[in-house]
Amino acid sequence: MTASEPQPTVAWPKEGITRIPYGLYFEPAIHEAEMQRIFRGPVWNFLGLDVEVPNPGDYRLAEIGDTSVILVRNGTGALRAFVNRCAHKGTQLLYEPFGSVKELMCIYHNWLYNLDGALQSVPFAKGLNGKGGMPGTFCHADHGLTALRVETINGLVFGTFSDRVEPLRDYFSPVFIHNTERVANRPFRVLGYYSQWLDSNWKLYWENTSDPYHATILHGWATKLKLNRFTMEGAIEMSANGWHHFSWSKMATDQGGEIYDGREFRTGTANYSGFGLNDPSVIEQWDDYGDGITTAIQTAFPNFVLQQIHNTVATRTIVPRGPLASELKWTILGYADDDERKTAIRIKQGNLIGPSGYISMEDGMVGALVQRGIAGDKDKAAVIEMDGRSIETIRGSRASECGVRGFYTGYRALMGL
Amino acid sequence: MTGAATIQLAADHAHVPAPITALFADYAHAIDGGRIEDWPDFFTDPCLYKITTRENVERRLPAAILLCDSRGMLLDRVASVRRANIFEPHRYRHFVSAIRVTETGPGYIRLQSNYLIVRTMANGTMAVFSTGEYLDKVVPVGDSPRFAERVVVCDHSVINNLIALPI
Repeated sequence: MTASEPQPTVAWPKEGITRIPYGLYFEPAIHEAEMQRIFRGPVWNFLGLDVEVPNPGDYRLAEIGDTSVILVRNGTGALRAFVNRCAHKGTQLLYEPFGSVKELMCIYHNWLYNLDGALQSVPFAKGLNGKGGMPGTFCHADHGLTALRVETINGLVFGTFSDRVEPLRDYFSPVFIHNTERVANRPFRVLGYYSQWLDSNWKLYWENTSDPYHATILHGWATKLKLNRFTMEGAIEMSANGWHHFSWSKMATDQGGEIYDGREFRTGTANYSGFGLNDPSVIEQWDDYGDGITTAIQTAFPNFVLQQIHNTVATRTIVPRGPLASELKWTILGYADDDERKTAIRIKQGNLIGPSGYISMEDGMVGALVQRGIAGDKDKAAVIEMDGRSIETIRGSRASECGVRGFYTGYRALMGL
Repeated sequence: MTGAATIQLAADHAHVPAPITALFADYAHAIDGGRIEDWPDFFTDPCLYKITTRENVERRLPAAILLCDSRGMLLDRVASVRRANIFEPHRYRHFVSAIRVTETGPGYIRLQSNYLIVRTMANGTMAVFSTGEYLDKVVPVGDSPRFAERVVVCDHSVINNLIALPI
């Protein structure tokens, strides 16, 4: 760390990872430190899918923290990633989210780069009529694009700014790789995109996704319809260092679900009495992976969620928008070998997820409620003790916040807090 | 049938018949007035109600933010909004304009129109929530026209938090 790096201004409570100081969610200095130490630190960030850039020259833009990144396939078919910034003035090179290019030319002064990021030419580098131009010491090779390391798992593309982070498969735990290879077991087909603007710090969405404890409580629709309950077979699995988490359940195995009709649950209130579907085709499904798992949510520190809910498959990427807001970017997926009927069912099941999702609608709102609830109390803290005080999982219980404690184990290590 | 006769008129004159402008107005007022229980009645059964984005349409990507293809699914959306999903109370105000007939066929017409929705939250704050276009297929049912299809194409791909009420 250099002296010029912003220094975090929040002290961590003595209780450790069972407390999360509220200042983490709104202090500008924390946000600035996160950009350097987390997103540009020794982590792998999700960039996109290889099927989004199938041919040489195809690109998509991605975001890592505040930084715009170009993911492009070069002339030999290899994936490359660069900061979307001309080495001259810092101008963004590309400004359409997807496209195809032969080379990368800055619009401002037409500095030209090849698809490996090397500077090819600078207009008037030798001046005009023998006068002017760049100094003789100007070396094109010194002014290429800022490149990221790129690696993939089954078509999911990740990038890092770090020279020292371990290879991608070592960075993720075996359990993460197992589920990734389970869901990405054949080529994807992109069915669509959308995103949600969230009036909350990016970590609040991250915690929500790493926190199965809330899932069957906040999302009463799915609980009442017996799609996801803790009384089903399921588990939370953590990477050894706690940074990544995976939770799953099998809806056909529900036993004892009447607990959710009790007075301490919203699903036990009069509003839910007799609640059901007129048209259950929205939850028509088949077993895609032959293992009976109907909900599988996986997080990869710091920006990636891989989701399978019934036959909906999606990647979600969280992008901070300053300390007080974030954007959640969804890519809705099917598989290249889906027939029309399967595609139609996946699209109809899309009602379960996203900004209108029967299951996910509350996730953005609840982060905003937290953001407003904690305002001004920098030194008070959230209490994260469900299912213990460590990052160990307890088999058989998903009423757990170990995923949140795991995330902050990684967060504290990188932030030096 | 008045509706069929009216729709035939559109084929000849390429203007929007009065029953259809009334349908558009009634639809907007039902939602803006908080009467979403009336919303399913504007559609045939089966039907297509779909919210998607300009980006997806232009790239021929079929996913939807919200999709109903039967009256039962419309009713289920209403029930979930009223009883199951949680969101901060808010109102829409629809501004619908530039309605035009794009196609007339046997027993149906297709229309295109612009919409703008201003959303007002319970705390009194107000902001533009969505803008885009409706792509509709309208058919007569008895004396009145209904939507066989209402596809909402949002110009924006970023949604401000959530879409609970229909657009």
